Amino acid sequence: MNSRTDSALLEKKTNDMSHHLNNSHLDALEEETIFILREVAAAFERPTLLFSGGKDSLVMLKCAEKAFGTKASGGGIPYPLLMIDTGHNFPEVTDFRDFRAKELGAELIVRNVEDSMARGTVRLAHPGESRNVHQSVTLLEAIEEFRFDALIGGARRDEEKARAKERIFSHRDSFGQWQPKAQRPELWTLFNTRLQPGEHFRVFPISNWTELDVWQYIDREQIALPSIYYTHKRQVVDRKGLLMPVTELTPPRDGDTVETRDVRFRTVGDITCTAPVESTAATAAEIVIETLAADVSERGATRMDDKTSDASMEKRKKDGYF
Amino acid sequence: MTTTNLIAASAINTGTSGQNDHISALKFITCGSVDDGKSTLIGRLLVDSKAVLQDHLAGVQRQGETDLALLTDGLSAEREQGITIDVAYRYFATEERKFIIGDAPGHEQYTRNMVTAASSADAAVVLVDATKLDWKNPQLALLPQTRRHSLLAHLLRVHSVVFAVNKLDAVEDPVLAWKHIQGALQSFAQAAGITVRATVPVSALKGWNVVDAHAGWCGYEGPTLLQVLEALPNTPADTALPLAFPVQWVEKSSSSSSDTSQGRRVFWGRVAAGNVAPGTPVQIFPSGQLATVAQVLDHARRPKDVPAGTSAGIILDREVDVSRGDWILAAPTAAAAPADDDFGDTPTAAPAWPANRELRTTIAWMDDEPLVAGRVYWALHGHRWVKAKVKAVVHKLNINTLAEEAATQLDPNAIGHVDLLLQEAVPAAAFGTARVLGSLILVDTASHKTAGAVLVN
Repeated sequence: MNSRTDSALLEKKTNDMSHHLNNSHLDALEEETIFILREVAAAFERPTLLFSGGKDSLVMLKCAEKAFGTKASGGGIPYPLLMIDTGHNFPEVTDFRDFRAKELGAELIVRNVEDSMARGTVRLAHPGESRNVHQSVTLLEAIEEFRFDALIGGARRDEEKARAKERIFSHRDSFGQWQPKAQRPELWTLFNTRLQPGEHFRVFPISNWTELDVWQYIDREQIALPSIYYTHKRQVVDRKGLLMPVTELTPPRDGDTVETRDVRFRTVGDITCTAPVESTAATAAEIVIETLAADVSERGATRMDDKTSDASMEKRKKDGYF
Repeated sequence: MTTTNLIAASAINTGTSGQNDHISALKFITCGSVDDGKSTLIGRLLVDSKAVLQDHLAGVQRQGETDLALLTDGLSAEREQGITIDVAYRYFATEERKFIIGDAPGHEQYTRNMVTAASSADAAVVLVDATKLDWKNPQLALLPQTRRHSLLAHLLRVHSVVFAVNKLDAVEDPVLAWKHIQGALQSFAQAAGITVRATVPVSALKGWNVVDAHAGWCGYEGPTLLQVLEALPNTPADTALPLAFPVQWVEKSSSSSSDTSQGRRVFWGRVAAGNVAPGTPVQIFPSGQLATVAQVLDHARRPKDVPAGTSAGIILDREVDVSRGDWILAAPTAAAAPADDDFGDTPTAAPAWPANRELRTTIAWMDDEPLVAGRVYWALHGHRWVKAKVKAVVHKLNINTLAEEAATQLDPNAIGHVDLLLQEAVPAAAFGTARVLGSLILVDTASHKTAGAVLVN
């Protein structure tokens, strides 16, 4: 939680919003997500579900379990899980990813940015550069390798302006590019899933969820998450209000003061560009309350790479980024 | 945050018990011309209801002033041109309700985006710019865009239409302007058969009557725009009709696929009309086979009766051939009168949802290439793809009046009456009767673009 949040604001917000802590609206969101997950299973030949082990993908996985049942009940998710690993992920998250995939009996495909670097298809400007943006190359290579025709992702429209404009079924050309001016109109729930060879769809079943909805659902469904989503002590440096985790990949710079603070991650991604927030929240219910009082957005509080330009996400999506 | 605060706050119910029958999130669209202040209005709704976070607000400062329009115009091309080119979806919540805004562009060439946003909306807020009207005239003419957007919303059966008369603070005599504009809106709506839920005078720029009331301004003492939105009903599902269920996905039996006698296949889909319960007699379309519903699962596999609008899994009492794209329909009902033939002592059974190959439709055309007679498209109805041939363009609708005009083609963003001939019959019904059965899309067979929104007449 951001230290700027004062308790008066929190009290006002929680009073204003207590009504909405009623979670009946989650049924409608869940219903929509399950409908879309089934539509992908039925309409495409080689779909896959992007699964990072992060909270949004774990919410999708929970909905997929409800949509398709589990191996134990004779069902199971009818598509493989796919992870593009930058090699810079938090071990708590990748371990959890492997554990969940195994628990579900799901096929997990992992493709590594490091392999693309070895092939020479990814070239870093300098060794310390964030690999986050280079995931697109490895992703497109994986799409070609497996000839995926639909990739389900956990992006939400409340995250970012460019995402707010994207359809639920987002058409991508053979270069994986998003064409914002040529989006297919999405009418009723009649999804036009027709493709030319080499093209694919990105599908966003939790488009209409907000960060608060996600945490309320995690709380309601008792979804297990990687430990770093909850409060823990971590060495950080305060850089212009963003707390940078001190890791091997992100060592302190000259003049930095390393402190140990109670933090949690609102979002997890590449270590080099994901910052935790100060928090003592140890349960999903406590995070729901914190999210109500938050005065900075999820990405604003945590992501370095989105700050460079207002249009950076739009540009990256045009380049094939998720 | 202190621990005590957290404990106090977490006493609020966040658990599983909150299953009250609350009104659901309201999906609404905002429409208006370029520069009518649509983005500013949305910005005002978000900021005044405290839904905007600090980092987003910091991103919309221009020379020390907050430009609310920048909150929604997210794409770089939009910021360059100062216009909105695609629907943006925004989320906010008040004490009363959650909201999803479909911010639909006002530019004429982006009508397809407005139709896209309207197709899933419960309500439409049509923004009227007072400064662009001859407000001194009691018989003033509304802008074509106001008529167009209202009529489009009406045509697409958006459940509620609300007029927000903006920029009244910028006219010389706001009281007179409000009186005349309100009168013009009323007579237009009456003539067009549009039920208007509310007309509210607002200043998006100053924040008057958007979230916070500006008491007595223009003599208006009614609810603010936000209060109107908080009270609007959701679009009712078509429950009071015979069952119609498009099969989205067939779940194979849990036992081996060759052993069909044990196989309890589940047919998943979203109930399009009526509701489904164990014991419901059904007929499969197109095979015509009869069966009885043995069990119904809700969207998350819990046994239940499921009404229109929500997903269901249907298990039948016998093995029948059903695949994606088929329909599970209410079984035919025996006709009351005997069949009118000489041997007619067996009553004929009338299908609950008769199938047709020829459809008289209203089409909103979205493709860059015009719609002309003779062209063949893919049509999607429920989950069924069929080929559709344009038999004839009957009329073009004057977008400002909905009057019928002679036409041989539909240009981009035009709306008209078109006769379609389908390769196979589908159980289509009038859009005015049953939304899901009455709506289709047309897809270009070469480019695969979504070319038209089709409403069955």
